[in-house]
Amino acid sequence: MITELGHFALVLALVVALVQTLLPALGAHYKDARLMAVGEPAAVAQLILIGLSFFALMHAYVVSDFSVETVWANSHSLKPMLYKVSGVWGNHEGSMLLWVLILAAFGAAVALFGDNLPRGLRANVLSVQALIAVAFLLFIIAASNPFIRIPVQSEGRGLNPILQDPALAFHPPFLYAGYVGLSIAFSFAVAALIEGRTDAAWARWVRPWTLAAWVCLTLGIAMGSWWAYYELGWGGWWFWDPVENASFMPWLAATALLHSALVMEKREALKVWTILLAILAFSLSLMGTFLVRSGVLTSVHAFAVDPRRGVFILSIMMLLIGGALALFAWRAPSLKQGGLFSPISREGALVLNNVLLTVSCGTVFIGTLYPLALDALVGAKISVGPPYFNATFGPLMVPLLFAVPIGSMLSWKRGDLRGVMERLMLTGLVTAFALAVTFAFMHRGPWLAPFGLALGVWVCAGAVSEWGQRVKAFAAPWDEVWRRARGLPRAAYGTALAHFGIGMAMIGIVATTAWQSESVVALKPGEQTTIAGYTLDFKGVAPSQGPNYNELLGLFSVSRNGRPVVDLTPSKRAYVMPPQPTTEAAIHVALLGDLYVVLGDEIKDGGGYIVRLYFNPLVRFIWIGALVMAIGGVFSLSDRRLRVGAPRRAARASLAAAE
Amino acid sequence: MHLLRTALLAFLLSTGIAHAVEPQEMMADPKLEARARVLSQELRCLVCQNQSIDDSNAELARDLRVLVRERLAAGDSDAAVLAFIEARYGEFVLLRPRFNARTLLLWIAPLLLLGGAIYAATRRFRAAPSLAPSAPLSAEEKRRLDELLNPKQ
Repeated sequence: MITELGHFALVLALVVALVQTLLPALGAHYKDARLMAVGEPAAVAQLILIGLSFFALMHAYVVSDFSVETVWANSHSLKPMLYKVSGVWGNHEGSMLLWVLILAAFGAAVALFGDNLPRGLRANVLSVQALIAVAFLLFIIAASNPFIRIPVQSEGRGLNPILQDPALAFHPPFLYAGYVGLSIAFSFAVAALIEGRTDAAWARWVRPWTLAAWVCLTLGIAMGSWWAYYELGWGGWWFWDPVENASFMPWLAATALLHSALVMEKREALKVWTILLAILAFSLSLMGTFLVRSGVLTSVHAFAVDPRRGVFILSIMMLLIGGALALFAWRAPSLKQGGLFSPISREGALVLNNVLLTVSCGTVFIGTLYPLALDALVGAKISVGPPYFNATFGPLMVPLLFAVPIGSMLSWKRGDLRGVMERLMLTGLVTAFALAVTFAFMHRGPWLAPFGLALGVWVCAGAVSEWGQRVKAFAAPWDEVWRRARGLPRAAYGTALAHFGIGMAMIGIVATTAWQSESVVALKPGEQTTIAGYTLDFKGVAPSQGPNYNELLGLFSVSRNGRPVVDLTPSKRAYVMPPQPTTEAAIHVALLGDLYVVLGDEIKDGGGYIVRLYFNPLVRFIWIGALVMAIGGVFSLSDRRLRVGAPRRAARASLAAAE
Repeated sequence: MHLLRTALLAFLLSTGIAHAVEPQEMMADPKLEARARVLSQELRCLVCQNQSIDDSNAELARDLRVLVRERLAAGDSDAAVLAFIEARYGEFVLLRPRFNARTLLLWIAPLLLLGGAIYAATRRFRAAPSLAPSAPLSAEEKRRLDELLNPKQ
């Protein structure tokens, strides 16, 4: 019964979305306030209906209703409650429902908090947003309906055990919030093109939405990477897997968009480019959805391989992306270009940021799609793997990161490069010191690695130094420093934190890639082994039982210089349903890096067990860096000047805020 | 086909989880072993989802790792090992695509994109009128500016 209500609500949502597509846009065109006013209640109603539908599906999962096909195919009555709930989006049908739920939530947010938007713009934005919803609701109802009933089954087939994990429970919602959040930027871009008008105010409205999407995307990608690190059992954290790339490309585009929208907001320049970038960022999200959901790529993420679905999503993509780009080609020439600036200026630095981010995004795009295209065109099968991406993407990041501290200190319009270099003297000294120390202590690994690490330090120190100079740390009395620190706008803290975070991530990536220690040994109970200064005593193995799996624990005592550090118990699990083995690595986190232990197979004839040990130096910096970036985004978002719907009170900004 | 896949899956699961390179596979000479590890990261495990044979736990990956080490022990150069495996398993096995007519575009695309983007960006600057400071204001102009900015009540 509840399931049918959910199904019914979903169909109703489609009808509401159709109305919301047509009426507000017509209203905006004919300047009819009553038609335009349909948009807001429709957007809210759409959210409520899709929400009902989503909770109906969740109910079916929670009570393990095995007469619903997706529940039967993807759930199991013994599964812990967390994974029954997260199982809703752990499959194709449910994840698409989550996708439209988030889409509707963003649409409703524009309707509820967009009071400060011009009426015509708001109506058009809501119409475009509803058009996207119509396409995806049609897709769900026609080609991947989660409410299809089957004759009731006694037990479900279970969720892939490697997906039964807390980090992964929240990875898809964040990722989708990021993907779908970019739809707002897309809708704003299309609405601006329909109206033929863009200005600084447009950028001011778009930026918070993009920022929110970017924060979610950053967290979603970081969670996925963290999960891969501890769950897949060989300590890797990024594989340049096509599905990872599909989430990384929108992130790169969104990062570029945040920076170009800044130029548009402050200086009314780069308008046409910013609009195009807003369209591209969401197009890349759609493409990611297509690649993952169509089964074009085989991967852990490709739940269903059904060509009909692929064709459906491809059509949606062509319609939305093609339509938007055609509109862009038609209308963009009429948009006026704004303020002038010299190459050496804040704007110039942000242009450089956009050039490098866009090119790196394009590189990932080509590397991901080239094998598919080659196969389709000439039938040749090639692989484009990590060696390609490391050789092409990596070098693009070097100038980008090098420019971060310089660019953020340059002034608008025309900058003084020499002055900035003088202000960066201390940052340069810290960087040189880090370089010298790294060379002194790390004698192995590639000779370029210390430079990579120093680059990360340069970005971090630059972020701290910029903040320090703006609050006059060490240059003014402390009470004035305190006053300035409080007066500095939140957005300034956001920028500093985000830049510091990317520097941290860079340090972590370089350190763990260049100086990872690895050891693979066969150990019998009672034997010991060493890695990176740690000594591990293998005590033996012990069986244990979890809610829906049996496991074999390896018992290790870890000591360092004769002092006990920690007991680790890596395990091998055998899940009941579906019957599948997984390994659970044991990780000891320390200041300088992670000790990562995996219990392998038993060697026949009493040869003991294969044990794999890794020491991953500074690997946590990667995810902590991502977290710091996301916190920076949230800080920026909370800035009065950007907050959605907040009255403009720019006058409050204190002296220290003057840029 | 479905039956075959199920059978394959059952087979893969029955072999349990082995993890990438195992002690008994390793070569006695650490230099050769290090080369084997580097080469393993360049080769794709053909039955896996986008993993190198160095990362993979599949039987086929294991066979390939052993093969790499056999060739190295026989005195092959790195390039010869890769060519040997490519000859048997096809170009698909190489994670770093070869530079040839078919992959030309793949390899030069980043450079083309960068060149295009830089060209587009610099064109913008060249089209923009110079921002060089103009002649300083005369005393008369300064006085008028001051009047306009600070009107006396």
